[in-house]
Amino acid sequence: MIAPFSHVLALAAVVFTLGAYCAVARRNLIMMVLGVEIMINAACIALVGASLRWGSLEGQSFVLFILAVAATEVSVGLAIIVYAFRRAGSFDPDAYNSLK
Amino acid sequence: MTLYGFLFYIVAAIIIGSTAMAVTRRNLVHVVIYLVLSFFGTAMLFYLLGAPMLAVLEVIIYAGAIMVLFLFVIMMIRVDSLEEVIPPFRQRLPAMLLGGLYLGCALLMARGTPGAGASLPLLTASPKELALYVFGEHWFTIELVSLLLLAALMGVLNLGRMKADEAGKEKSA
Repeated sequence: MIAPFSHVLALAAVVFTLGAYCAVARRNLIMMVLGVEIMINAACIALVGASLRWGSLEGQSFVLFILAVAATEVSVGLAIIVYAFRRAGSFDPDAYNSLK
Repeated sequence: MTLYGFLFYIVAAIIIGSTAMAVTRRNLVHVVIYLVLSFFGTAMLFYLLGAPMLAVLEVIIYAGAIMVLFLFVIMMIRVDSLEEVIPPFRQRLPAMLLGGLYLGCALLMARGTPGAGASLPLLTASPKELALYVFGEHWFTIELVSLLLLAALMGVLNLGRMKADEAGKEKSA
């Protein structure tokens, strides 16, 4: 007996909120991508807990694929961020205004 | 409360604390270090919840590869360009209210989920069982993921090949 399943879901909800705050409130592209990572991590916690709750491996295999997709997202995202930094010289999303 | 239950709450406190520290720091290197701590905590949680394979992968991929990639990017760029504008409290207030609303709804839903009150059993899925399940039931998804990784590799190579002066020329043109 570890803990009620609802406590795992509550932990995932709190971590997801922190990630959403990081992605929305920070004005730095790197912090925004990190916020997305935190949210993905919260989803992984919920999936692993659900996998244990119902005794099925479906949730764990989902987390495996989420890890692969997160790694892809980060590598492409960081490459785009570095390219944008070279062009605009800043990480602030407000600096990308060459269409004005 | 059993020993495992006690461990669960300690690990949960570590995860929430280090993540909260990470999202409020100004220095990006500190943010990454706190997030590495948070991902280590998540790996311990996965181990506790019976997923040792995922715990190892979390440490290797998240804490090892992704966070080091972030560190590389942070060290590649100029430090003085990291000045970040923190919006005034008046602008942050609606975001905080909506975030609190979301958190309240999520916690209520976590309480109300069918079967949520049941205590979690102490089970472990060995890496062999997980591998047999994944390659037996989801072999096609594995192929899709490999294609996705290949596409990402090619995209990143293409982006990285563009020189800075090229980018500047495009900007002036």
